[in-house]
Amino acid sequence: MEQRWANAWRPTINEKQFIEEALRSEIRVDGRRLYDYRRLTIKFGREDGSSEVQLGETHVMGYVTGQLVQPYRDRSNEGTLAIFTEFSPMADPSFEPGRPGESAIELGRVVDRGLRESRAVDMESLCVVAGKSVWAIRVDLHIIDNGGNLIDAANIAALAALSTFRRPECSVGGGDSQEIIVHDPEERDPIALTIHHFPIAVTFAFFSEGNTLVIDPTYKEEAVMGGRMTVTMNSNGDVCAIQKAGGDGILSSDVVRCLRIASLKAAEMTTKIKEAVETYNAEVALKKVKRHPLLVAQKITVPDVEMKEASFEKMKNSDGDMESSPNQASTSRTNTNASVGRPKIWDPYSTSAPSISSSQLPGTVCTSNEPNEDQIMQTDEESKPDLRNDQISNATGVSSAIHQENSPPKSLKDAVKPKNKRKKNAERIAR
Amino acid sequence: MGPPPTLPTSHSFSSPSPKTLQETKTPFEIRFALLSSLSIQNHGMRHLKGEIGVVSKADGSALFEMGNTRVIAAVYGPKEIQNKGQQMNNNEALVRCEYSMANFSTGDRTRRPKGDRRSTEISLVIRQTMEACILTKLMPRSQIDIFVQVLQADGGTRSACINAATLALADAGVPMRDIITSCSAGYLCTTPLLDLNYAEDSAGGPDVTVGILAKMDKVTLLQMDAKLPLDTFENVMQLAIEGCKAVAQYIREILLENTKQLESRRGS
Repeated sequence: MEQRWANAWRPTINEKQFIEEALRSEIRVDGRRLYDYRRLTIKFGREDGSSEVQLGETHVMGYVTGQLVQPYRDRSNEGTLAIFTEFSPMADPSFEPGRPGESAIELGRVVDRGLRESRAVDMESLCVVAGKSVWAIRVDLHIIDNGGNLIDAANIAALAALSTFRRPECSVGGGDSQEIIVHDPEERDPIALTIHHFPIAVTFAFFSEGNTLVIDPTYKEEAVMGGRMTVTMNSNGDVCAIQKAGGDGILSSDVVRCLRIASLKAAEMTTKIKEAVETYNAEVALKKVKRHPLLVAQKITVPDVEMKEASFEKMKNSDGDMESSPNQASTSRTNTNASVGRPKIWDPYSTSAPSISSSQLPGTVCTSNEPNEDQIMQTDEESKPDLRNDQISNATGVSSAIHQENSPPKSLKDAVKPKNKRKKNAERIAR
Repeated sequence: MGPPPTLPTSHSFSSPSPKTLQETKTPFEIRFALLSSLSIQNHGMRHLKGEIGVVSKADGSALFEMGNTRVIAAVYGPKEIQNKGQQMNNNEALVRCEYSMANFSTGDRTRRPKGDRRSTEISLVIRQTMEACILTKLMPRSQIDIFVQVLQADGGTRSACINAATLALADAGVPMRDIITSCSAGYLCTTPLLDLNYAEDSAGGPDVTVGILAKMDKVTLLQMDAKLPLDTFENVMQLAIEGCKAVAQYIREILLENTKQLESRRGS
């Protein structure tokens, strides 16, 4: 039932008195003010739905996965959300491996109450076939380092992970429309979860019989505190959950004061999380854009010289389009490199002469109308394989292999023209 | 959210038993009279009933009822510490608590695993709440066990458990700095409701459970789930605190009665 208290760190009398005395003069041991949070860093992993949060010294990782299951009988058209916590023994000497202890369960339930009972995540959109199949979202929170205030950090990790999680799109098909087809993420873009609001947990620690309260206690402050209270609020001013499980008593007016402070902190934290998520989403969109050509390539036939003109028009028009512009920017970047770099690789008489197959294209986001664009890019790409980044070079590798199988399409003309055009492109884009 | 009830919920006040005759003066009755103009059923607290000394072998025990919710609590201690590994602090007594629901406590008789997450959390909550009021510094290197068992569950089991534990600790003679009482409140159809039963609890509205140190008027336990705007929350919390004070009044009467009986048996 208990953690190994024998291994727990216990504060000395000196430390205890020092912390309490400092708090009486409104100074905290790490130099913060009473209601300041420690430095927050949110990072995301390689896969959708994984996050890593560092709040001061506390380090928590969140990971979201989804699975199709049968719904509960009394909620047959709603998905489910479950939170699991893992207090790794590396985080704190008093954590034991195996079954979660009391504080692990408490943390899980507080985060769960904040997310599920306040209806932050839309459950009804997770329903595929009512009564038969719904998405069960599972959030795993791993504590890597216990630097104090695990609940807040774990909550942020859960929110960040849920914001970047994408579930595969599925549709009902089959003969009698009973079969559920889960589409591959490569075929159809996976869908994000609908999150109505962000419940942010703000933890207060009480000292000296409830007279002094601080936000975001560190590990040492937690060992010395008299009691704690976690308030989960969103930026709309709604209280989503409160957890004050015993400990020192506080006046009800103090409770209300804490709620008001928490609403300010929640608004700040929400903006921070949203910013981090947006930056990450922009990066992902950027990466995705370069990946597509690999899949689209094979079907395109060798293009004509005239088509290049048309494609340039398209590129001009699609300048405003966000997806193609990073694409163009990246390709133009490589193109300019190419023009500056080694003309000697450009051997129009070599076997791997620029045959335009769209597979090389890093840029084809709008796959429907970009075959021409592909061609232009390809020629450039092919000639300068080593100037690309990994993905493009992979694409190049693949496409050059494909090229050699295809008939060597074009002549010097094709090779030359794009170079000139390329410059213009770069000028246009580099504005 | 508690499990389904065993009996149909009754909101009417049953005829008071001899022990609870004093209830007629308590605040919740007055509130009932004031709000009786409203057509809402449960705007006041449910019928309370408490009894001391129900488990003969325990050092202290109590049975507490809030409407249809029945809870029994037993306290063993202070006694010698059994497991030295659990002892956190040499200067204080160790308080252990175990919350369990009987298989027959809810509508459908199900086998409940002992260590499931809800029970563990409620055990933790009750333990830390009682630790706030027990004078643990007076009993170093000893242990106090509190066992709470739910016999009938109809919403508000957490509150009933804390009230029962307070009575049991007082019966065991454990030194406490104040009595802790607890009550829950909710908010449905723009009305704050006191002491929710299972039906009201599972309606999906918020559920606020408050535990206070009665004389000191300080909030020890505060739990809330579901969404509620800040101002509404203040009202609901105040209502719950009023409910707690009413329960405290009732508990004091029971303890006073009990002491008088002990005194009369002693023949003084």
